[in-house]
Amino acid sequence: MASQLSGVALTAEQWQLVEALGSSLTPEHAYWISGYFAGLGSALLRNSGTVSQSPDVRIPSVVTQAEPIAARSLTILHISETGNSTELAIRLATLAVEQGLNPTLVGIADYKVRRLKEEQDLLIITSTHGEGDPPQSGMEFFEFVEGRKAPSLPDLRYAILALGDMSYEHFCGAGKRLDERLEALGAKRLQPRVDCDVDYEDPAAAWSTGILALLAAEQASAISSAASPSKTTGGTQQANNSVYSKRNPFPATVIDNIVLSGRGSTRETHHIEISLADSGLTYEPGDALGIVTNNDPAMVEALLAALSMNPDAPLTIKGQTTTLFDALGKSFEITTATLRFLDHWGELTGTTDIFSAMDNTKRAAFLHDNHIIDIIRAYPLKGLDPQRFVDGLRPLQPRLYSIASSLSICPDEAHITVAPVRYKLHGEPRSGVASGHLADRAVADSVLPVYIQSNPHFRLPSNGEPIIMIGAGTGVAPYRAFMQEREANGGGRSWMFFGERNFRTDFLYQTEWQDWLKNGVLTKMEVAFSRDGAEKVYVQHRIYEHAHDVYAWLEEGAYIYLCGDASHMAPDVHNILVTVIEEQASVQREEAEEYLRDLQRDGRYQRDVY
Amino acid sequence: MANTLPPTDRSCDISQPLERLSPDESLKAESDYLRGTIALGLLDRITSAVPGNDIKLMKFHGIYEQDDREVRDERRRQKLEPAFQFMIRVRLPGGICTTERWLKISDLACAHGNETLRMTTRQTFQFHWVLKQNIVPVIRGLHEVLLDTVAACGDDSRGVMATVNPQFPALQAELAALAKTVSDHVIPKTRAYHEIWYGEKRIASSEPEEPFYGQTYMPRKFKIGFVIPPNNDIDIYAQDLGYIAIIGEDGKIAGFNVAIGGGMGRTDKAPRTYPRTASVIGFITPDRLISVTDAVMSVQRDYGNRADRSRARFKYTVDDKGLDWIKLAIEDRAGPLESARPYDFTSNADIYGWIESDDGSHHFTLFIENGRLNRDMLDKIARIAHVHKGHFRLTPNQNLMIANIATADKPEIEALLRETGLIAFNERSVLRLNSMACVALPTCGLAMADSERYLPDLITKIEGILTRYNLHNEPITLRMTGCPNGCSRPFIAEIGLTGRAPGKYNLYLGGGFHGQRLNRLYRENIGEPTILEALDEVLGRYATERLPDEHFGDFTIRAGIIREVTEGRFSND
Repeated sequence: MASQLSGVALTAEQWQLVEALGSSLTPEHAYWISGYFAGLGSALLRNSGTVSQSPDVRIPSVVTQAEPIAARSLTILHISETGNSTELAIRLATLAVEQGLNPTLVGIADYKVRRLKEEQDLLIITSTHGEGDPPQSGMEFFEFVEGRKAPSLPDLRYAILALGDMSYEHFCGAGKRLDERLEALGAKRLQPRVDCDVDYEDPAAAWSTGILALLAAEQASAISSAASPSKTTGGTQQANNSVYSKRNPFPATVIDNIVLSGRGSTRETHHIEISLADSGLTYEPGDALGIVTNNDPAMVEALLAALSMNPDAPLTIKGQTTTLFDALGKSFEITTATLRFLDHWGELTGTTDIFSAMDNTKRAAFLHDNHIIDIIRAYPLKGLDPQRFVDGLRPLQPRLYSIASSLSICPDEAHITVAPVRYKLHGEPRSGVASGHLADRAVADSVLPVYIQSNPHFRLPSNGEPIIMIGAGTGVAPYRAFMQEREANGGGRSWMFFGERNFRTDFLYQTEWQDWLKNGVLTKMEVAFSRDGAEKVYVQHRIYEHAHDVYAWLEEGAYIYLCGDASHMAPDVHNILVTVIEEQASVQREEAEEYLRDLQRDGRYQRDVY
Repeated sequence: MANTLPPTDRSCDISQPLERLSPDESLKAESDYLRGTIALGLLDRITSAVPGNDIKLMKFHGIYEQDDREVRDERRRQKLEPAFQFMIRVRLPGGICTTERWLKISDLACAHGNETLRMTTRQTFQFHWVLKQNIVPVIRGLHEVLLDTVAACGDDSRGVMATVNPQFPALQAELAALAKTVSDHVIPKTRAYHEIWYGEKRIASSEPEEPFYGQTYMPRKFKIGFVIPPNNDIDIYAQDLGYIAIIGEDGKIAGFNVAIGGGMGRTDKAPRTYPRTASVIGFITPDRLISVTDAVMSVQRDYGNRADRSRARFKYTVDDKGLDWIKLAIEDRAGPLESARPYDFTSNADIYGWIESDDGSHHFTLFIENGRLNRDMLDKIARIAHVHKGHFRLTPNQNLMIANIATADKPEIEALLRETGLIAFNERSVLRLNSMACVALPTCGLAMADSERYLPDLITKIEGILTRYNLHNEPITLRMTGCPNGCSRPFIAEIGLTGRAPGKYNLYLGGGFHGQRLNRLYRENIGEPTILEALDEVLGRYATERLPDEHFGDFTIRAGIIREVTEGRFSND
């Protein structure tokens, strides 16, 4: 034993005493005594003047050696409405430090829920609000813990102090809920929950004393059993050697599908979280997620009805036999008609003349206004062989969505931002194939075949150079990934330009941007909401307002990114960038264009427009 | 003269260094006379809120940041900040409003205030749902008709109230004018308001910006009101400083009894907090009004508790120092007060419908349930405003008086009231006409339960009980708030209800019919069935056991249903 504790350097006499005592102890005794000596030790340390009287007892060396052994982390979390929980938590943390523990004190407003699965020992002080609910600030935490996304917590140990008011029906409801839920998630309760009425001081103090005595005693015993092996966390980067690809998509599970657009919005933008767990798939910020989409079953049914075809009719596709219903659902584009379909249908129905009489413009307009189903309804045909019908169709293609998350913050997940395309045609509501699928049918727990599409031309600079991000609407997605990446791994200055319709309802990921501004991950942000004022304001207007600084950033080596709508925003922003350079550098327009081309060549002007 | 004042504990007042006082004191002191970073915060496009400290400073400018609490959770999940918006309270001394001002306010409410407007329990207007970028247009719009929102909230002297009782039109006009004079005298003098809201340049000056208030203003809000007995419509006992007009034999105002230390707010489960009815300490002649106001306010300014905000109202200073000491301190500054003169109140309710005053002018008081005006009502009242030659008065019970109508014009106004259907508002039960509720959910940040949205339904149910006991013509005061802070003065109602949690209320009984006595907690934290059950029982007894002309509040005490509250500080016993 002595050799194992060589750093302590007790005298031989002291060792004899310790060993003699040790041989006579039950485990409970040993546990208690370890706490006793630990307490004594910290008392000696605090009065270090008296320690020196006994030169052989080198207390500090015990402590320095002990630190890495005290392996379990301790977090004190307070969820407060009026400040009482916070006050008690501060007191608890102070006492813990006095007892030689090393707690992290955190208020729920600053607590990242994802941290929960890394917690080891967690002491929670929570008050209750309304009908057994947590305080407002704790709502998100409770939703996470009580929701589907909650991780199992087999390694967590916890204790809860609940504050409440007896005159309410759901007395200490929040504390009770949390206690039950943490237990259900596999966490171990360190000591029973205490529920306090409005005169909480005494029960709270008793709870605090109890839990700290327990933890301090344990830490002391951890020190004495010095042989405890330290866990090595080999953080080797996993390469993307997944078996899943575009040809063999991963059947991912949808974790959540949230509408980001607030009440009364003219938009309907979804935030969809997808689990990549156990897929081996990895990605980098800037990459896209390939979605193997399918058609709305209602649409398939409507089409079959228009064709008077049997959904169960067998069909062979690439050597595989399937039903017509399945094939139309999964294998073919059945919404927008192509010129080829028009020709095909014209031949089948003998109406080729009608379509060939149209010039190109008219035909394009006709295809815009008439989907496959509309053409079939306008020029119906009975008794057609299903195989003949699908010969005129294109195969259904996967769709790409910019990934809106970073694995550094959201391991095993990919998030996407989707604004479904919805419109009316021939009096019927229609929606985009993939966007409609994602918005309406990619509900939580449903399965979505996905793969990663690398996008090496949309990447954060490798050395933390400043970045200017410009995006409108769902074009914001890759920048959320950028920010998460920089939040986790650091980086230089950043400046976001975001545009949408209305501030109140369409500020996508607003609270996250606010947090990044607050914690400095994001340096500056400009927003343009086109429908808030009498005059329409777009991102390019904000860029022009800040022309001087934008140019200065470029001159200082900033990377500039553009993501979103290819038809209006991208050319408008591009033009304003040329103007900014032209005016700020006092050069000809051609030279300004050349400046931007150079940036693009150097990979400092990256675009992801669609 | 200061040496005549016995020494007192000064450990919590303005004499102490800021670090020993509540953080709000430092905030005020460091605000550069209420400027803070308000002007900058208005320009921040990333949030519809303003920075934390500015929220408190903006109250001094009459502006409260609020958010729609009903969509808070939904928006949090949507990663959107709360739906922040602002409540803006107008300074309208005595509740007097010309037709021109009415129309402007009505237009502003329709343009920027979600087409709704509140008439408050302190005789003024509140705009709700005003977005940050619309604050400046609202305040500049008010400025066009020479109105402002200075000190409508904050640690300062709030809007000054004055009775609307039209029985003595000349006296009432005089009182309203005094209310305006006093209000103009007691508001903050900082130019911050002009700079931030009107965009005026800061003028360098060697004069002190706040000669009376100094950098830290009052310890807490301070409320002043004027009344003429026998109608106590403004609830004089709920004011920090109340002036009760005493009419001389010549029919003119001989002077005022001075009442101090009233206030409503309390905190649940905090026995050191309580409502208090004001104490009458003496009489002054009208010429001493300003000097006595200064004396009373400065005593509170100098001795009020600035360490503990929950004990900072004047009522606690009065109780902590003792009424005698406070009176001495006031007299030390303003000279001796004469003995209080006799007076008598009979009611604190409004008189609805037509009243003709002794000068031959006519007045119509229109019941506006909980002071809540919607677009339809605003449009109808605007029609009256376009032809009305007199003015409007906002009553302390959240109603609207169309005042000073000449006999020749009365038929036109009467016809409009009928044509628009407004006149039907007055065809309500006596209970409803004697009720008040604060705004509460979903906008008020303090509310724990609904108030103005719920009280109308609850009253309908209580009306059923009253009808059953044949009490439907009995005036009973009923007031509800969504929290214990007491905006609708629930603690002096015969039946008081204050919110504890959604659908749960504390029930108070035993208040004085004309606001002279506090009520006491009867049932705690109960829902509607229990409220109705409790009221059914007590009202049933009242119906059978009451004495002739005995008011409900008095009865509950005589019958031993509730113990009388003799002084505010004993109300939690």
